[in-house]
Amino acid sequence: MSPQLAEAFARLPAYLGGHVAVSVTALILGLAISLPLALLATRRPGLRNLLLGTASVVQTIPSLALLALFYPLLLGLAALCERLFGAGFSALGFLPSVLALTLYSMLPVLRNTITGLNGVDAAIKEAALGVGMTQRQSLAMVELPLALPVIMAGIRTAAIWVIGAATLSTPIGQTSLGNYIFTGLQTQNWVFVLFGCAAAAAFALLVDQLLALMEAGLMRRKRVWVTAGGLGLLLLTIGALIPTLSQPRATYTIGTKPFTEQYVLASLIEQQLRDAGFSAATREGLGSSVIFNALRAGEIDAYVDYSGTIWTNQMHRNDVKPRAEVLAEMAAWLDREHKIKVLGGLGFENAYALAMPRARAQALGIRSLAELAGRAQSLSIAGDYEFFGRPEWAAVRKTYGINFREHRQMQPEFMYSAAVSGEVDVIAGYTSDGRIAQFDLAVLDDPRHAIPPYDAVLLISPQRINDEALLNALRPLVDAIDVTVMRTANLRAASASPSEAAHWLWTEIQKKR
Amino acid sequence: MGTAPAVISFDNVSKSYGGAAPVLDGVSLEVREREFLAIVGPSGSGKTTLLRLVNRLIDPTAGTVRVEDQDVRSIDAINLRRRIGYVFQGIGLFPHMTVAENIAITPKLLDWDEARMNARVDTLLELVRLDRQKHRDRFPAQLSGGEGQRVGVARAIAAEPKIVLMDEPFGALDPLTRDALGEDYRRLHESLGLTSVMITHDMLEALLLADRIAVMRAGRVVAEGTPQELMSREQDGYVRELMATPRRQAERLNALTQRSAPSPRA
Repeated sequence: MSPQLAEAFARLPAYLGGHVAVSVTALILGLAISLPLALLATRRPGLRNLLLGTASVVQTIPSLALLALFYPLLLGLAALCERLFGAGFSALGFLPSVLALTLYSMLPVLRNTITGLNGVDAAIKEAALGVGMTQRQSLAMVELPLALPVIMAGIRTAAIWVIGAATLSTPIGQTSLGNYIFTGLQTQNWVFVLFGCAAAAAFALLVDQLLALMEAGLMRRKRVWVTAGGLGLLLLTIGALIPTLSQPRATYTIGTKPFTEQYVLASLIEQQLRDAGFSAATREGLGSSVIFNALRAGEIDAYVDYSGTIWTNQMHRNDVKPRAEVLAEMAAWLDREHKIKVLGGLGFENAYALAMPRARAQALGIRSLAELAGRAQSLSIAGDYEFFGRPEWAAVRKTYGINFREHRQMQPEFMYSAAVSGEVDVIAGYTSDGRIAQFDLAVLDDPRHAIPPYDAVLLISPQRINDEALLNALRPLVDAIDVTVMRTANLRAASASPSEAAHWLWTEIQKKR
Repeated sequence: MGTAPAVISFDNVSKSYGGAAPVLDGVSLEVREREFLAIVGPSGSGKTTLLRLVNRLIDPTAGTVRVEDQDVRSIDAINLRRRIGYVFQGIGLFPHMTVAENIAITPKLLDWDEARMNARVDTLLELVRLDRQKHRDRFPAQLSGGEGQRVGVARAIAAEPKIVLMDEPFGALDPLTRDALGEDYRRLHESLGLTSVMITHDMLEALLLADRIAVMRAGRVVAEGTPQELMSREQDGYVRELMATPRRQAERLNALTQRSAPSPRA
């Protein structure tokens, strides 16, 4: 078995457990809400239209956006709760995922239940009343059994949607089979991507077939089939949850943003903590603001951020200062505003930088952003999903008066090869990315300092600022990594795995001492 | 028969929906104990509405409906329906239930015990001339039209009601089956001492099965009487027209039988 496949299997218990927990909870909750609502609505046309309308609107929101929206909402609620009752709840991961997926599961169940019940022949309903049934008996003994195939079809659709959409709960901190896909996409580990898709599809199919078995049993009155289907679902759920539940809670939780360098560094931190005798877990693939809020709320204990990100996104600064000053001001601000501790810089910068193929840059005579400005009207630029919305892009445009012919957003993985193939002319890459050297790209100078420095910094949550054991375990990483070593580690992670790259990185760090 | 007490009575009953012309317009009618009343009239004349008033599938806009001397509005609709048999237009069997379950539905709602229900199903299958072994566990889709309507009749009388209401029970059947079923029902009516009200648009069926016939048109009862009375009495234009068809059919059949049979005078 290839090492990538072996690693994929090794992570299956944790990922599948998280996936099953979140999707099964959402489904049960969705059914518990939708079925009674649909029953209420069958005899109330006003409610029916309202429900179906609302559910349809929810369905048009892309599932990723729906999931993303629930995080800040719950964060606000948790803060309110904390203030009112003195106890908050975790707004990260499980809860927002379950709520969003629950909403998502409601439309097919609502629509099919209402359609199914309305589709029962009026003559049959009248016969039910005529033989002396109450409305409730008519529903239970006649209408529901007759509508069952349509209702079950809705439930099965909901199950498949929820299990599929649950892969998208990774960016808001819920471990799921989506971790394979997001990690795989970031580290160009296609085995992971395929494995994640296949596992999610297999799980969805299995659930669908078990539901089909229950449906057939109900229709043909084979109680054994119904029991077998139900038992199968129960065993599948319990079986998937056992590894997660039986695992003791890790002492420390490390967060990562969704890109290779973050996976490598989180793995490095995890190894340090393990070597120091602690257990550690990771929350992978969190978005920029999700991860900062998670740290502030103590839902993760530590993570690596970049000074420029905090400077612009959190401190809302748009002036640019030298590296050391930014670091100092940022540390003071984090301590003052959020009680977050900056353990220190790791020793390298991962800044945004505009880059283009070296040969092309030389041919056009472009070495700096100032020189690029004159040519930009005929060129196209690609950036990640964040870049064009960030203040430094606005600063670059304002400072140099740069206007590109075309802006394109893409996965960072595809951006570099797009630059090499000439599909785009300039990319907004990252200075610590190994592919800048690999693909022989020229990083354009920023003589007027429009882009702030992006020192990698190790942040500690307010709850852990006095946890000497944690701080001591992580101190060896401060100022220990230079940018060339980090670039190599990032490249290695793409070809092997983040944990292998982290091991290599640690041996490099020790060599230097 | 004329002295028997009224089991069902309609007293100046009207029913209208919104501002449209009333479906029923001041109907007064009595059904006496053990009587077989047929209600005849064209579609839209208010026959089905009148029938539904009896077991409170609908309530009248004005007037009073009495069942066994009680205003139906003072009786709980569910209990009322459970003690009145109802045979629906087009069959109306529950497609997801077996023949036995369909028949036993009202007894089940009345909480009969299992043994009593089973015995009752067997008795009823015999009464409506269905094969116990062959039909008991079939589903309605597996029955012929005639078999289905026999189950419908069995279901209506399962909880031993005194009153049976039938809405065009034999309308969709072929003539042979229809005839046999009508005869069979008439026998049940006699032997069980039922009071029956049957809606039909077929005057010949009404004449052959019923003790008394009420003719409806545009929400009113325009004539009522025994088959003999309706056939002989001087009638207004509409009723005369209605009676003309069976009379002509009878005359033609008569002529046919006389022509084909060896004539005694020859």
